[in-house]
Amino acid sequence: MLLEIEDIRVHYGKVEALKGVSLQVDEGEIVTLIGGNGAGKTTTLKTVSGLRRLSSGRIRFDGRDISKVPGHKRVRIGIGQSPEGRGVFPGMTVEDNLLMGAYGRKGPEIAKDLAEVYTLFERLAERKGQMGGTMSGGEQQMVAIGRALMARPKVLLLDEPSMGLAPKLVQQIFSIIEEINRRGTTVLLVEQNAQQALKLAHRAYVLETGEVVKTAPAADLLDDPQVRAAYLGGDLGVADEKAAPPAVPEQRAAPEGEETQS
Amino acid sequence: MSSIEWAKKPVRKISEPVGSRLDALRHWWAVQRGPVRWSVYLLLTVVAFLLPHEDIGSFMSPHSDWQAILFYPIGGYILLAIGLNVVVGQAGLLDLGYVAFFAVGGYTMAILGKQYGWGFWEIIAVGVLLAALSGVLLGAPTLRLRGDYLAIVTLGFGEIIRIAATNTDSIGGPNGIAGIPHPPNLTDWEIPDTAFFQALDLEGLKPFTYGALDTRPYYYLMVIAIIGTIIFAKRLEHSRVGRSWAAIREDEDAAELMGVPTFKFKLAAFAIGAAFGGLAGVLYGSQATSIIPEDFPFILSATILAAVVLGGSGNIPGVMVGAFLIAWIPERVRGVGEYRILVFGAALVIMMALRPEGLLPSRQRKAELKEGTGGMGSLGAEVGGPGGAQVEGEVSK
Repeated sequence: MLLEIEDIRVHYGKVEALKGVSLQVDEGEIVTLIGGNGAGKTTTLKTVSGLRRLSSGRIRFDGRDISKVPGHKRVRIGIGQSPEGRGVFPGMTVEDNLLMGAYGRKGPEIAKDLAEVYTLFERLAERKGQMGGTMSGGEQQMVAIGRALMARPKVLLLDEPSMGLAPKLVQQIFSIIEEINRRGTTVLLVEQNAQQALKLAHRAYVLETGEVVKTAPAADLLDDPQVRAAYLGGDLGVADEKAAPPAVPEQRAAPEGEETQS
Repeated sequence: MSSIEWAKKPVRKISEPVGSRLDALRHWWAVQRGPVRWSVYLLLTVVAFLLPHEDIGSFMSPHSDWQAILFYPIGGYILLAIGLNVVVGQAGLLDLGYVAFFAVGGYTMAILGKQYGWGFWEIIAVGVLLAALSGVLLGAPTLRLRGDYLAIVTLGFGEIIRIAATNTDSIGGPNGIAGIPHPPNLTDWEIPDTAFFQALDLEGLKPFTYGALDTRPYYYLMVIAIIGTIIFAKRLEHSRVGRSWAAIREDEDAAELMGVPTFKFKLAAFAIGAAFGGLAGVLYGSQATSIIPEDFPFILSATILAAVVLGGSGNIPGVMVGAFLIAWIPERVRGVGEYRILVFGAALVIMMALRPEGLLPSRQRKAELKEGTGGMGSLGAEVGGPGGAQVEGEVSK
C-alpha cells in the first residue's frame, strides 16, 4: 500500500470537516474521490499533502507514518499536488513555475524532467516565457500538473483539474492524467465531474459530509443506482450513460464554501 | 461602475504619457548590460554625495535645512523603505508595526552609548542583531496568521514597543534619553579649499568628523549604509531565498507544496527587514542626541508603508523614489504653513490615482496585481478562481 489514510479527523475551528475518513491507494492505481460541495474532498487532499493538520488518525506513506511531517517535507518523500484553484504563480513565467516544482531537487535530471513535461504538454513548450497569470484556465491547469510532476512524485494528488474548463479541454486533461499514470505515477484524483473521473479511475471513494459512504471499483459505481442519482444526473428512464450530463451543473459552478477558507 | 470609469478619463490623459515614459525607462534598463549599469550606479553614487550642495538645497527645500533633512527624514526613510520592502514587497507580508524595529535600533544606540559608554561601531552590530532578534520574536508566534490578521498583530507590536518605552523609567519614560554620544571621529581631515571643491560646495568639509553642527558626515554615513543594504537586498532577491519569497508572496499554499519551508522563510524576511530597520535606528540615534518614544509613532510605520506601495512594492529603485518623495514633499511645501499636510495628502492621492501599481513597479509585481494575488495586493483575501469559461473555447483550439 503506497498511501494509507486511517480514520483521520480534521477541524476548521469547531467545525469537523472530516469525521474519520479512511482510504487506501495502491501503487500504480488511479483512485478517485467524488462527492458534492463541502463533502471534504479538498480537505482530504490538503491533509495528505500537509497543508492541514489532522486532529486524530494517521497517514502512512510508503510504509512510514507521515502524520506529523510538515508539508514542504512531504514533497521530498514523494507526494506531489496540483492544488485547488491551480495555484499557479502569476508573476513567474511558465518555465519558472515548472522549475519551482523542482525546488527541493538538484542536478542534471531536472532539465530532463522539464523536457518531459514539455512533451506531455506541448502548449506549455510554446509558452515557456509567458507569465503564469496571463495564461488561460486550461493552460494554468497544465502548468499546475506539470509543476507537480517536476518533483517526481510517487503519488500525484489532483484537486479538481476539470474545474472551470470547457468539455473538450476536460477530455484533454483527463487523457493526459491517464498518460501520466501509464508512465508509472500513482494518482489520487478529486473530482466533481464524477462521470469523467469514474471512467478514468480504477477505484473510487464517495465522500459525503466528511465521511466515506461508499467504496468500490470505479466501473461498478458508474452503474450504482444511488451514485447515479446523486452525482451522475440520475437515471433518465433510458439508462444510457453517454446521454447523461457530465455532472450536476450547480455543483460545478460554485466554489467549495467551507473548504476554501484558510 | 460607469461613473467611476468616467471620472478616470481626465486622469488617464495625464497619467498615460507619464506612465508610459516610466515604463519605457524600465524597458530600456532591462536590456542594459554590465558596463552601462555600473556607470549608472557610479553616477548615482556621485550624485548622492554631491546632493548637499547649497544650490540644490535652495531649490529642493527653500524653507528648511536641506542638509539636515537629507539625513533624516529623506535618507532615513529610504533605508527604512528598503528594509520594509523585504517584508512587504518581497515576502508579501503586511507589516504595520515596522517602526518598532527602528525604535529598537534607536534605543540600543541610546542605552548602550550613553549608559554603558559603548562605541558607535560596536553598537551598530549589536543594534542590527537586536532588531533582527526582535523580528524573530515577533514573527515566531504570529507568522502563522495571514494577510490582515498579521497586519493587526504587527500594528499591536509597534504600539507595544512605543508604550513600553514610555512606561519604563529606566530608559527615561516619556522623556526618552538625551545626551546620546555621536560616533567617534575617524579623522579630522578636511577637504581642501580649492576652486574645484568650492564649485561643489564641499570646501572645508570634514567628512569623517561627527559633530553637532554639520549633518553632512552623517548623511554620507547614511548613503554608505543605504548602498550596503541595496547590495545585500539585491543579492537576496536573485538568490534561492528571493525565489522562495516570491513563491510565498504569490501563493503561500502552492509554495509549501513545492517544498518551500514557508514558515522559515517568512521568519527570515521578518528578521532581515527588522535588521535594516534597526540599522536606520542606530544611525538616527547617533545623530539625534536625544530620542523619545514619540519619535516612533504608528504614523511612521504607515508612512514608510505608503512609500513602499507608492514607489512600487518589490522594486528597490521604486521604493527609494517613493521614500524620497514621501520624505521630501512635506518639507518642500513648508511654505504653505499649516496646509502642508493637506498638500502632501493630495499629492499622495494623485500619485496613487495615476499609478496604482506604484511609480516604478517590478514586472513580476504587475502580473501579480492583475491576478489579485501577492499578499499586499489583496491583503491575503485572494480566492483562487477559474479563469473564466469563455477563454477556454480558444484554448481547446
